[in-house]
Amino acid sequence: MAVETNQMRKFLNDPANVVKESLAGLAAAHPDLLRYDPAAQIIVRQGAPKRGKVALISGGGSGHEPLHGGFVGLGMLDAACPGEVFTSPVPGQMLAATKAVDGGAGVVHIVKNYTGDVLNFKLAAEDAADEGIKVTAVVIDDDVAVQDSLYTAGRRGVGATVLAEKIAGAAAESGADLAKVTDTVKRVNARARSFGVALSSCVPPASGKAIFELPEGQVELGIGIHGEPGRRRAQLGPASEIVDVMVEAVVSDLKAKKGAKVLAFVNGMGGTPLLELYLLYGEVDKKLRAAGLEPVRNLVGSYITSLEMAGASLTVLELDEELTRLWDAPVHTPALRWGA
Amino acid sequence: MDAATITSWMREIDVAVRAERDHLVQLDAAIGDGDHGTNMVRGFEAVVQALGADDGSPPGKLLVLAGRTLVSTVGGASGPLWGSALRSGGRVLGEQMTFEGNQLVEVLSAALASVKDLGTAAVGDKTMVDALEPAVDTLRSRLHDGVALDQALDAAAAAAEAGMRSTVPLQARKGRASYLGERSVGHQDPGATSTALILRALQKAATKGA
Repeated sequence: MAVETNQMRKFLNDPANVVKESLAGLAAAHPDLLRYDPAAQIIVRQGAPKRGKVALISGGGSGHEPLHGGFVGLGMLDAACPGEVFTSPVPGQMLAATKAVDGGAGVVHIVKNYTGDVLNFKLAAEDAADEGIKVTAVVIDDDVAVQDSLYTAGRRGVGATVLAEKIAGAAAESGADLAKVTDTVKRVNARARSFGVALSSCVPPASGKAIFELPEGQVELGIGIHGEPGRRRAQLGPASEIVDVMVEAVVSDLKAKKGAKVLAFVNGMGGTPLLELYLLYGEVDKKLRAAGLEPVRNLVGSYITSLEMAGASLTVLELDEELTRLWDAPVHTPALRWGA
Repeated sequence: MDAATITSWMREIDVAVRAERDHLVQLDAAIGDGDHGTNMVRGFEAVVQALGADDGSPPGKLLVLAGRTLVSTVGGASGPLWGSALRSGGRVLGEQMTFEGNQLVEVLSAALASVKDLGTAAVGDKTMVDALEPAVDTLRSRLHDGVALDQALDAAAAAAEAGMRSTVPLQARKGRASYLGERSVGHQDPGATSTALILRALQKAATKGA
């Protein structure tokens, strides 16, 4: 990619207001599903709090849309706490969201494993406990590109976050208690693995500059969702070869039994069209079957993105009867909708 | 030293992170996500504003207020880390209106302890601890040896700057840079860099008041 004098071509009024203006637009588009509280900078489900229902909230830096605000609604999240672009939200947002959705049955915080998110959610959970609200937190860490060892911050939370929000949201909607909903998030995280690749960097609106430079003809392997570089670079080969790398990374780490039923989630990073995502899904489906797994459910589209980055991630979730039933349960949010 | 020293320290930090904003962003873009400079500027701008609105609080309370302001405005990892650090440090001083060098050591020791506790980082992990810990140790030992406060603070700031440079050859073990594995080697840690700025700002603020 050539360095351009103007790397940014974005629809903006003032870069400093991009998150707030986008959230106001989300609320204007979906008044039946959610509302925007500009003072607290949170998105809250219409009708919340629902008496006796366990509430789910999540949050993180902005720039990953539709995550998380686009997943607020029936059968998924009760509130979302968007931070500045690629910057975790502050504890006050999570506390305000927790108070806004607590229906007396407790609140589950779904936290992606990034140091900033973990620290800010931790401070918020302490504040909520001080106010007498039962809060549990589950950290999502499904990215196999990061070595999980004493020598790293641990695996990042990526695609499994979307699946956990959907599946645990269905459990909460069906009346499951706090322990059960919390356990459902943990089970999804434990049974899911992800790996992402990028064909381009992305440009945060505040700086107007690409986060990294990817030379022409190269692919960045093992990327996260904040424009951070991956673990290594390789020559860009055919899609089939890239999918080989992704499937091998995910399947070898998941260690599912032969014949296991799985959900395959091919996710776009923001700048890759559906034309290519379905091409990738076709390859993924073939290769998973060749590896002895049976994709019985799938999700294809851009659901956890990195601004306008060209790229894709693969998440594979090993299903069981209960997780499959919860996945199929009705959901009605701005970004995911079926059965309702 | 008194409340004016704390206010002056926060103003010096605000000036320093503003001047070094682009540098911090560049360092962070290389091994993180490029928002460190922006976050520090947003945070300390808010701190200066909050302290400016305060009327006559003791120095410890001002530090707690500064810490709380950072937690509520910065986000990221640096918000909770520096926020908790200043809150813990401020609590050491309680209600007293003035403090001496040895109490400043206690303030910074409490700040360091809370950073290490919350971030679970140690020296050598390529984090702000690589700058903060040698600074605290140096200040303590120089004052113990009878060195004057302004010289001891100068040595502490220099130790933070040396610690900052020592992060260049390290492989990150904490925070977002750790995802890069070996590719984090050869880059200076942005958190250690802003920490060195904060220690240098302290030396300037304390010397000015002396």
